[in-house]
Amino acid sequence: MNWKRAFIAVLIGAPLIALFAYGFSRDPAAIPSPLPGHDAPAFALTVFAPGEPPLMRPAGDTIRLADLAGKVSVVNFWASWCGPCRAEHAALSETARHYAGRPAQFIGVLYNDRPAPATRWIAEMGGQSYPAVTDNESRTAIDYGVYGVPETFIVDATGRIAYKHVGPISAEVLRQWIDSLLPKAAAGDTTPRALLR
Amino acid sequence: MIGFLAHNALLVSVAVVALGVVITPVAIRTGRREWLQLTYGAVYTNFLLVSIATMSMVVALVTHDFSVSYVAAVGSRSTPLLFTVISLWGALEGSILFWAWVLALYATAVVWFHHKRPGNLVPYAAMTLLAVAAFFAILLVGPADPFLPMSPVPADGPGPNTLLQNHILMAVHPPLLYLGYVGMSVPFAFAMGAIFSNEATSNDWSVLSRRWMLASWGFLSAAIIAGMWWSYEVLGWGGYWAWDPVENASFLPWLTATAYLHSVMVQERRNMLRLWTLNLCVATFVLTILGTFLTRSGILSSVHAFTTGAIGYYFLGFIAVVLLTTLVLVAGNSERIHTKGKLGGAASRETVFLLNNLFLTAVMLTVLVGTLYPLVAEAVRGVKVSVGEPFFNRMAVPAMVALIFLMGVGPALPWGSTTWADARKRLYPPLISALILGSVAVIAGARGIYSILAFAFVGYAAMGNLREYWIGMRARHRAHGEGWATALVRLVKGNRRRYGGYLAHIGALFVALGITASSTFRTEREATLLPGETLTVAGHTVRLKNVWGREEPQRSVIGTTLDVLGKNNAVIGTIEPRMNYYHVSDQPVPTPDVRSSVRGDLYVNLMAFETSGANATVKVIVEPLVPWIWLGGLIIVIGAVIGLFQGQGRLSSVSANAASEEPSAGGTGP
Repeated sequence: MNWKRAFIAVLIGAPLIALFAYGFSRDPAAIPSPLPGHDAPAFALTVFAPGEPPLMRPAGDTIRLADLAGKVSVVNFWASWCGPCRAEHAALSETARHYAGRPAQFIGVLYNDRPAPATRWIAEMGGQSYPAVTDNESRTAIDYGVYGVPETFIVDATGRIAYKHVGPISAEVLRQWIDSLLPKAAAGDTTPRALLR
Repeated sequence: MIGFLAHNALLVSVAVVALGVVITPVAIRTGRREWLQLTYGAVYTNFLLVSIATMSMVVALVTHDFSVSYVAAVGSRSTPLLFTVISLWGALEGSILFWAWVLALYATAVVWFHHKRPGNLVPYAAMTLLAVAAFFAILLVGPADPFLPMSPVPADGPGPNTLLQNHILMAVHPPLLYLGYVGMSVPFAFAMGAIFSNEATSNDWSVLSRRWMLASWGFLSAAIIAGMWWSYEVLGWGGYWAWDPVENASFLPWLTATAYLHSVMVQERRNMLRLWTLNLCVATFVLTILGTFLTRSGILSSVHAFTTGAIGYYFLGFIAVVLLTTLVLVAGNSERIHTKGKLGGAASRETVFLLNNLFLTAVMLTVLVGTLYPLVAEAVRGVKVSVGEPFFNRMAVPAMVALIFLMGVGPALPWGSTTWADARKRLYPPLISALILGSVAVIAGARGIYSILAFAFVGYAAMGNLREYWIGMRARHRAHGEGWATALVRLVKGNRRRYGGYLAHIGALFVALGITASSTFRTEREATLLPGETLTVAGHTVRLKNVWGREEPQRSVIGTTLDVLGKNNAVIGTIEPRMNYYHVSDQPVPTPDVRSSVRGDLYVNLMAFETSGANATVKVIVEPLVPWIWLGGLIIVIGAVIGLFQGQGRLSSVSANAASEEPSAGGTGP
């Protein structure tokens, strides 16, 4: 045995093992979002499904992030082919209606899907209170770093992303975040603390 | 009940293999060679015990015994029998059990065939295999126990992963992969045995290890091709390779095994590269374990990855032990193993083999770096990155194209050395077919430099290898007046290893041609069709006939029938892409339909449909020469089988003739 050579070989192999050991300290599925705490990427998206009164916007209208300044915005990325989107649909639609008349705006951004099946999907789900927009070439989804649908971003009145939610979102989470971000007067009678993450 | 039996069989097997591992060095060091019967007995007993466990699992699956945890996790009363049986390897614990069984089978075969061989090589090899078996046995009674009792016993289970019960190739690809992957433990065991028994300083042991490597290599080649085929038939994207970490994991040991099969010839003929060849042997095994680790530990994100759990830490420990042990053993003994043989002339077969090894190793390192880079990037820079197809295509394709060329050069050159004039005479003729195929590719519209080169080199190498057959047959025809068919058969029989190798080359060229053509000339279009409407893609026309639905026990099927139109809009066939909705899953499984011919595939996938059946959106892909890939895989396997049946007599004469020159055109062998 040449122990010197053996020792050098171990020095070469050890970092590889250390690397694998490090691999366990992380979850390959967890994708950190750089966004919360930063300004929300700007967008200008065209409405294809108007929503229902009083939240409706005419089809063909363009919704810009800049126009939403002063409001809490809920930007939900979804698709008609997405199973979990069905699960969160009622929560989103009803919560949006709950905040009608207050400075809160819900937008559904269509992800890798076409307006025709998406419109049918909305009808099939019994309608949607807030407008849905198309995202050509997924540019907005890319800006927001969307990895899959559904993902929901809550943007505060100053245009800063306050919260990113991966997977179906519940009415409770939506309300807690919106209430914590709305001006006190507008938030209504209850003001639960923001969910801290 | 059956779970209890199987679990205890596995517990006993842990003790048995541990005994076998410990007793071997004691028996040899103390000169009590009769104790080696215990080593061999441990190998046989382990096979018996793991067989009991594996059979128990099959029985539990077939009888829907949901008191067994693995059956509860992957079984379902509505799954067809075949898919119930093969769900044995459909999830983590079952696949580890199957792995252990294949390993036990290999170990038994090694002892059965080689136990009479004098010396300590075989006992130490058996010990090494038992040590590897011990790891899997420990997994099976610990973190990957498939026989945990369920309480309460569920009435039914979810069934296997829907993607895995959607195609018959699921019955073919995994067993081949295990036979290839696990088989590579055997050459490794011989390499370790050679070091422990001091035989590594000679070339004799490699005669044993290379046959096992060739067999495993044949299985792994077949498995990779079958995996490509499965992905092509099932996943609906019309592709067969995506440089996914787990695909890479199967490719890495294939590359080193291929390099080994070539370098071992240089070792035997020229008494060179002994240390290098042993390194390849060891690296191949380490890469199979690394591949398993990547698949099973959840360390990398991949479509193939199994669920994460404590098992990852066991694998980490195992891979650390394997890596450090082999590094210490090989590096520590490297001076003794090293050979001082000399390279012949620059224009010689061994030079080409050196280049072949260089390129294969370069591709292996490139793929390894690309696969592990996301991990490195996160560890060092704290960023998430993914390394995709562009990296691998850009980095690995040039070397692979060069390898195609070398496949044509190597067989034409003799061992030792030759004059440049002779080399030119051997190497120039195939340039004609290179020119022809390259030109055809350019005329057909190929523009990428590597694509054109690949076509030209395939032409070159195909003629180069076929020419070897031709020269040999002609020599026999002239010398013995044999008919051409007889000459071919006797030529191959006279040197099966050599002509099996050339046949494997030809198979590889089929694969290369299929891959190059289908990636260069792929055309696809997507359209929403009303019944009666047609879609034409690259000269192929389909017409939507109808959209239909069908209920099956375990799934609902939505299908579309499209007529394939020939000349004058005559219907020449139908094609039926479907969407399968398994009851256990929300996600539909797209099921494309493929119409194959020698010229290529018409591939149709159902993308979406109107629930009323009023229209359907289909994607039509035309990919030339794809079936040549599958055919090439078959030819590679036939080549490997021919090479395997080299007579025993020749095996022992090989090392005696180690340094002899071989006339390349002789046909009667050295």
